[in-house]
Amino acid sequence: MTEVVATNETILVVGGGISGMTAALEAAEAGKKVVLVEKRPYLGGRVTQLYKYFPKLCFPTCGLEINQRRAKMNPNLTILTMAEVTNLAGEAGAYTATVKLSPRYVNDNCTACGACADAVEAEFDDEYNYGMKKRKGAYLPHVMAHPAQYVLDPAIIGSDDAEKAKAACKYDAIDLDMQEEEVNFSCGAVIWATGWQPYDAAKIQPYGYDRFANVISSVEFERMSDPKGPTGGKLLRPSDGKEAKNIAFIQCAGSRDRNHLLHCSRICCMASLKQTTYVTDAWDDDADVSIYYIDIRAIDRFEDFYQNVKSNKNVKFIKSKVASVTENKENGNPVLNGVDTEGYNRYANEHDLVVLAVGMQPSVDQDSFPVDIVVNREGFIEQSDSNGGVFAAGSASDALDVNRAVQHATGAALRAIQVVNRVAGAEG
Amino acid sequence: MSTNTAMIEKYRNSFLKEVEANVEEGDWVKMCMQCGVCSGSCPLGKDWAHPPQEIFMMIRAGKREEVLTSDSMWMCTSCYNCIVRCPRELPITHIMHGLAHYAKRLGLAPKNQPTMKFAQLFWDNLAKKGRVNELKLGISLYFMNGFGEGIKTSLKMKDIGLGMLKAKRMSVAEAFGGHAVKDLAGFQKMLKKAQELEDARLSQHG
Repeated sequence: MTEVVATNETILVVGGGISGMTAALEAAEAGKKVVLVEKRPYLGGRVTQLYKYFPKLCFPTCGLEINQRRAKMNPNLTILTMAEVTNLAGEAGAYTATVKLSPRYVNDNCTACGACADAVEAEFDDEYNYGMKKRKGAYLPHVMAHPAQYVLDPAIIGSDDAEKAKAACKYDAIDLDMQEEEVNFSCGAVIWATGWQPYDAAKIQPYGYDRFANVISSVEFERMSDPKGPTGGKLLRPSDGKEAKNIAFIQCAGSRDRNHLLHCSRICCMASLKQTTYVTDAWDDDADVSIYYIDIRAIDRFEDFYQNVKSNKNVKFIKSKVASVTENKENGNPVLNGVDTEGYNRYANEHDLVVLAVGMQPSVDQDSFPVDIVVNREGFIEQSDSNGGVFAAGSASDALDVNRAVQHATGAALRAIQVVNRVAGAEG
Repeated sequence: MSTNTAMIEKYRNSFLKEVEANVEEGDWVKMCMQCGVCSGSCPLGKDWAHPPQEIFMMIRAGKREEVLTSDSMWMCTSCYNCIVRCPRELPITHIMHGLAHYAKRLGLAPKNQPTMKFAQLFWDNLAKKGRVNELKLGISLYFMNGFGEGIKTSLKMKDIGLGMLKAKRMSVAEAFGGHAVKDLAGFQKMLKKAQELEDARLSQHG
């Protein structure tokens, strides 16, 4: 059984993405006991799935490595992966959390040698790569996964594959008898950092994400650009593996739209400008990028980045919300239809590949929070006294880029520390 | 009046205010964010001189004559594609009809605009008996553009007409009076009252 040692002076952090990790580390390094609960088998969340950050175009792996090292070094921090908070009862300074732990079927003996993955045969859609490739039934979610331990897909338990994996392990790290567990522990304050999810592009019916192979979402394009991704970093379109050089980005795909997400997701303009550099870096003068936009929201220091991309003669900006996407049946090219609002010219433009810059929405549905919490009409957590000792961090609170999410998470850590300090003061 | 308010008055766009006051759903015009999805979604858009989003911009730019004398809003077929896709849920179809109606009221609508002529014939036909008289409406449409063309169209449509008679979709008896709603007097009273209300509204707003 898993034991979690915690008191009313412990801070619970829900979600181990960049915001949750930041909040947990800041609080732990300030001397507080912290329990970090993460649903996935590894920390880092969606940031691990990014190829590069904007605006510096550096690699998230760098900051992630530092954070993972901080996590390993800190004795104040308890990390629970494959874990979900199912209930939270009590009040600020005296909560009881209930956490469901799903079985990993792999224990701490694991050295991440990979022998189990070699031994098993069944393959599944790789969720880390949004199903763009397959992974084995025994797998390391991604190369930098922390904890660096393999996971067994629950679907292979009871099959020959599970026995093969167990037999292949030299370290006695595979435990097929692991069961789902429920643990209860005390905490004084809670940091809610459950993050975001990409808006379901199939809901934007006229863009045909669910009908045309060569219409993909921005998060999928990010994986495609990553050398560790499903195409080895080559920009190949899904229908026929052809090199995609003429690429269109459709902005506000789901955002700023009363039929979809009410809010501006803030990151998509910069994300598409960043992804444009992937295309121009890959194909130099053969690159042909078109960005369809309502207005480009590259604020303050991002303006330089925008101007740089804009000055590239291989990048076109078309001021128009695309009306519909159709397909040229002969070559599989998506065709974008609409009217350019600078001159009112009607267009029907063919591209190799279309990337929908999908919006950010909260990953927890507003009706399924296991705790009483104030959310706004977009489903993001509002700061409110009635939230007691529960504080939102990062993109659970709003559509934020990594930089702002980390700043916000640090602030949330400070608020949580204030609560547990009051508890400590009262308890003497 | 301070200099500041005078300048505000000077630059306040009076045509937008006029549209808001007089055009059905005209309040929404200011909400347009010029994304262009309505223009791109309009199946007849390529035949419009000014697609909806351009019309909204022209209203805000105070181009009164150009908007009200335009043929564009008369081209709307009420397919509702624009309303469905508008990210701000503007009732674009209704605004187009509202603009067309307002232009006609002011006598600025283009002469011999076929949609306008059709709408007038349809209304005149309907207002008599509270029911559309298919036979009379059909014939009046055929002869809308003159006697010669009327004869030509009638001959062309002869077989369809005979088919409709045979299938009892149309009756020759409609030529004499035609069928009416049960309470014809009540219906006409209702129309009269509506006209009075509309006249009272117009006398207030002009």
